[in-house]
Amino acid sequence: MSGPVGLTAAAMARRVAERALSAEEVVRAHLDRAFAVEPAIDAFLAIDAEQALAQARQLDRALAGGAKAPPLAGVPIAVKDILHVDGFPTSCGSRLLAGYRPPFEATVVTRLEAAGAIVVGKTNLDEFAMGSSTEHSAFKPTRNPWDRERVPGGSSGGSAAAVAARMVPLALGTDTGGSIRQPAALCGVLGLKPTWGRASRYGLVAFASSLDQVGPLARNVEDLAIASSVLCGHDAQDATSAAEPVPDFAAALARGAKGLRVGVPRRFLAQGVEPETLARFDESLRALETAGATISDVELPHLEHAIPTYYLVATAEASSNLARYDGVRYGARAPAAPDLRRLYGETRDQGFGDEVKRRILLGTFALSSGYYDAYYLRAQKVRTLIRRDFEEGFATCDAIATPTTPAPAFRFGEKTKDPLQMYLADIFTVPANLAGLPALSLPCGLASGLPVGLQLVGRPFDEETLLRFGAALEQVSTHHELAPPL
Amino acid sequence: MPRITEETVDSVARLARLSLTPDERSRFARELQAILAWAESLQSLDTTDVPAVQSALAEHLREDAPHDGLPHDRALEQAGDHADGLFRVPRVLPG
Repeated sequence: MSGPVGLTAAAMARRVAERALSAEEVVRAHLDRAFAVEPAIDAFLAIDAEQALAQARQLDRALAGGAKAPPLAGVPIAVKDILHVDGFPTSCGSRLLAGYRPPFEATVVTRLEAAGAIVVGKTNLDEFAMGSSTEHSAFKPTRNPWDRERVPGGSSGGSAAAVAARMVPLALGTDTGGSIRQPAALCGVLGLKPTWGRASRYGLVAFASSLDQVGPLARNVEDLAIASSVLCGHDAQDATSAAEPVPDFAAALARGAKGLRVGVPRRFLAQGVEPETLARFDESLRALETAGATISDVELPHLEHAIPTYYLVATAEASSNLARYDGVRYGARAPAAPDLRRLYGETRDQGFGDEVKRRILLGTFALSSGYYDAYYLRAQKVRTLIRRDFEEGFATCDAIATPTTPAPAFRFGEKTKDPLQMYLADIFTVPANLAGLPALSLPCGLASGLPVGLQLVGRPFDEETLLRFGAALEQVSTHHELAPPL
Repeated sequence: MPRITEETVDSVARLARLSLTPDERSRFARELQAILAWAESLQSLDTTDVPAVQSALAEHLREDAPHDGLPHDRALEQAGDHADGLFRVPRVLPG
């Protein structure tokens, strides 16, 4: 692909900084591309071309006036529609919030904009980020750019599809149980879930607060590293954001993977990985060996309990976080309810989709009197066991590798009838959320013509090592350059 | 394992302030039963002396200093109904 759309975000920003390209040219080229392929993909819930072009022209004027170019100068980005962006509504993929205009902006978005990035639109998602396919969006499903009969993954499926389809080079997603990494893998792009607390969640609509994290999706590791350095870091507006210093991730990439150790939980993988997906995974491990890393087996015995643990903890927290949608202060409101209780009940029954109701009910049950100890409290204890497994694992290795998903993208409707089947799509991604660890998904080739991913989980606040593995893999393979036939 | 009946779903839905249709009640009863059956594996683990994961919040407490919040009119402008600077709701006690 030629023109600005064929460039990496880093290259775009360099050319804008050198004034070889204007930010307006870069943004216009991406908007043209987005309008051309969006009817086939449905990645976006909103695009604002006028606002994006106005911001681009403003940046061009500043640079012409001698302003120093920021690291993402003129780079168009897409933002998952669960993060607040000035000038855009936030729907969370829900009828309940359709038309809602947030009165403040997410810190991660403000930081990316301050670094020169320009938001072109808001991307589709499963309602309130609850799902693994975008099929639970109240508005429309997003299609996988590699095969339009298949899902892009979820819940950040719109962001992953927009990056894969070259509509933007960079997007923001959120990840509670794999919602950045799983769609990144199924669309053939990179996605990073930083350590819990690493990036501000101010302006992110909460789903499960002890698990939620914001992170970037991109098509190469340098772009992912630059974006991560910009958006991570302490924010006084988010009481749970960590004070850890943020390194210049891009500067560390050249150090490669020589001498780094990868652990593989083979027994956990025996839970079932589709053969071609497993073959791509094993090839990517051999590629890391070529790059100088060592590979060994590691035991993480409690990971097999991660999915039920996750669904008890995440739904309990969701049932509490979603209590705020009552039809009173913002969002949809059931018309003509005769009393307050009916207003609450009818607003919520009409506003929430099936999957959200299912999770609110399960979470409320897990927290209810008589069941709290057996379900919620027990799950929080098993979570400690899972965290200890990782701590022991990291005594002998620097990252733990699995396939990101057990199989490539599934077809629409294939898993919607049975919620349990949908939940199992996240089997390899939820452990990192439960343990609060950073995790990266990297493209590792095609299985039956569809992209699959290699997932690397790292020590707390050690995104840097994961990104070095990513850079090493790009040195010895070209999987990240594969583009969907669009 | 507890048996999830439509009555269980009803009482949980009341706690969660959800008004469900009869069809939703029977379907969610079946689905919740299946999900709990699958979560049963957790009951076999020995969690004696294992602490629950603690929130990291305690390490992050900031100074409790006053600062400006959302302006009054901005806070009200998304409300379905408001009057005299207050949110307005239907009667609280059923008639």
